[in-house]
Amino acid sequence: MSVRPQAHPVGPKPPFWRDRAKRALIFQVLLIAAVAAFLLYIIGNTQANLAARGITTGFGFLSNTAGFGIVQSLIDYSSQSTYGRTFVVGLLNTLLVSALGVVAATIIGFTVGIARLSPNWLIARLANAYIEIFRNIPLLLQIFFWYFAVLRTMPSARDSLSLGEVVFLNVRGLYLPEPLFESGFGLIPLTLGIAVAASIALVVWNKRRHETTGKRFPAGWISLGLILGLPLMVLVATGVPVTWDVPQLTGFNFRGGITIIPEFLALWLALSIYTASFIAEIVRSGIQAISHGQTEAAQALSLPRNLVLRLVVVPQAMRVIIPPLTSQYLNLIKNSSLATAIGYPDLVSVFAGTTLNQTGQAIEVIAMTMAVYLTISLLVSMFMNWFNARVALVER
Amino acid sequence: MTIQEKMIEARPAPRSTVGPVAWLRANLFSGPVNTVFTLLGFYLLYILLTPTIQWAFINADWIGTSRDDCSREGACWVFVNARLGQFIYGLYPGSEIWRVNLTFAIFAGLIAWLAIPRLPFKRWVAVATLVGFPLLAYFLLYGGHFGLRVVETHRWGGLMLTLVLAVVGMVGALPIGIMLALGRRSQMPIVKSFCVVFIEFWRGVPLITVLFMASVMLPLFMPTGVSVDRLIRAFIGITLFQSAYMAEVIRGGLQAIPRGQEEAAAALGMGYWKRMGLIVLPQALKMMIPGIVNTFISLFKDTTLVMIIGLFDLLGIVQAALSDSRWLGFALEGYVFAAFMFWVFCFSMSRYSQYLERKLHTGHRR
Repeated sequence: MSVRPQAHPVGPKPPFWRDRAKRALIFQVLLIAAVAAFLLYIIGNTQANLAARGITTGFGFLSNTAGFGIVQSLIDYSSQSTYGRTFVVGLLNTLLVSALGVVAATIIGFTVGIARLSPNWLIARLANAYIEIFRNIPLLLQIFFWYFAVLRTMPSARDSLSLGEVVFLNVRGLYLPEPLFESGFGLIPLTLGIAVAASIALVVWNKRRHETTGKRFPAGWISLGLILGLPLMVLVATGVPVTWDVPQLTGFNFRGGITIIPEFLALWLALSIYTASFIAEIVRSGIQAISHGQTEAAQALSLPRNLVLRLVVVPQAMRVIIPPLTSQYLNLIKNSSLATAIGYPDLVSVFAGTTLNQTGQAIEVIAMTMAVYLTISLLVSMFMNWFNARVALVER
Repeated sequence: MTIQEKMIEARPAPRSTVGPVAWLRANLFSGPVNTVFTLLGFYLLYILLTPTIQWAFINADWIGTSRDDCSREGACWVFVNARLGQFIYGLYPGSEIWRVNLTFAIFAGLIAWLAIPRLPFKRWVAVATLVGFPLLAYFLLYGGHFGLRVVETHRWGGLMLTLVLAVVGMVGALPIGIMLALGRRSQMPIVKSFCVVFIEFWRGVPLITVLFMASVMLPLFMPTGVSVDRLIRAFIGITLFQSAYMAEVIRGGLQAIPRGQEEAAAALGMGYWKRMGLIVLPQALKMMIPGIVNTFISLFKDTTLVMIIGLFDLLGIVQAALSDSRWLGFALEGYVFAAFMFWVFCFSMSRYSQYLERKLHTGHRR
């Protein structure tokens, strides 16, 4: 009807606000200007505020003495250490609880998710109840529950709950025996390494043989036997060069052994149980996403149910499961920051909490904390994307 | 050979395939492994439920006013009873509580209207809920106009604060999330990268650090002498954080709309905003309602974190009540009550979102 400038360039040129390219350019320039003005405004205000409060900016504070103690540290730490070391201690504690949480949540989540689809009515209902209860209660509340209502009400050291007089649980934490290695123990990690290498070679060879000849044998069980059995044989042959340092009640407290602080236990339990309820749902929907024909075809080949799951359904379901599983792992790592509510010395608690309060370097401390989480997020999602690409369906 | 003239009457199925015994055999005792699992399951139920029911109901104390009324070994619900007003309204002045109740009632009415499929004027009610209600709630709860007394935000708390935080976070996050999602799909490189960086940044950091940032750094960002209410700081932090998640949910919805829809709208001569506002977004949002409800559930649970920066939401006020010297030692009761409240809200929302998912997906299911 009206003029069609693109098709017939004879008409008058459209005004610049009707020209898509020019409009886009103007819009983007305006956006940059707005963001820049906003940032300048904030930076100006911040500098004025910092000057008014007499806070100097910069990362020099990291080499100052921290002057406070931390109840759990994986590296040497004392109140004479620097704030920089505080940062590392907090970071390692975050990584520790996250890594153990990811492992536990994966195991519980897969178990519950598969149980949810069990043909056994009762087991499926129990799994469903687990999911619905733990998914719908805030994580912080669960952490408080485990910490204040369960672990803080444990008996005192004198009346500890004990398991065979070796493992003790009381209000101060969980006490486990610690292995002490004597000379000659070095052989055992060595044999373990050899067993692992042999198992990998065996599995690779078995896979190749299976692909070319169709014959297979239980390489998994043989590898397990190798990895467990070989070091055990060497252990017995060398006369068990390990002694156990069993925790002993001396005076008011336990001595020796490994102490796991209640803050860690509460956080670990809550993180694993909460995240597992989400992982279970992901596993269930992943398995249900596999077309029923696959299961039926496998059954038609008269594969038993556990092999149907292991060889046909789960490998395909993994493709559906991995992307949302990645987000759950990331959530778990980020949620470990709730540690600060019960005083487990993670990064947020010791660095964004105590260090920030002592030094007042809000901008540097918050920026470093956020940078750590951003880096972890990016690394985990990069790894999972790589893993995802490896297992993804290759189509022509 | 004889020919049967009459139809043979249908006979009941064999006893071994119908009836409770057959059901038990098929679902609980279909093999040795299953039988073992069933027995284990019943044992687990027994060891979990018996002490719980004993504690929570049989041996519990219900009536009374002080801790002396809790003499039995079970739960002491007297504690929860005595503190119930605080758990729900925080420190809101007693004479003004009708305002909170009125706000709750209006909110419940609006939500019920939206949730029941048969009622008409959905679109207008949705607009009223998202735009009108927050304003009304502000005037009612904060006061200062129409002869209502001002109630300072530091007196807000309990379940009321939890709901206020969740609703404001949601209403604030939705439009920002839509803009970010559209921006992320834009063809303008600078707009796109700005949105990508914004979304990935807020999604990559924990909410706690965002709240810390809002409470510690926001005052630094303001001109000297301007102070921001603590509650507003929490709102800003939660909204920024939540809008990034919302943007990803909406992006998923946008991706599910076939390209042809937008192309057809363009062919009719519609401009960008008309195409988005009239054709693409309505379809995408309808598809994303379950996802949005799920985001809302996680936001609802996440509001508990504001207690770390010193606001007393439902969990925060329960936690504070536990350290009252007159009521020491009732942690379990407090947490069970708070957990139950959160659970009821979240469970009903998740059930509703599952119902919506079934209802909205019937069209494209094979």
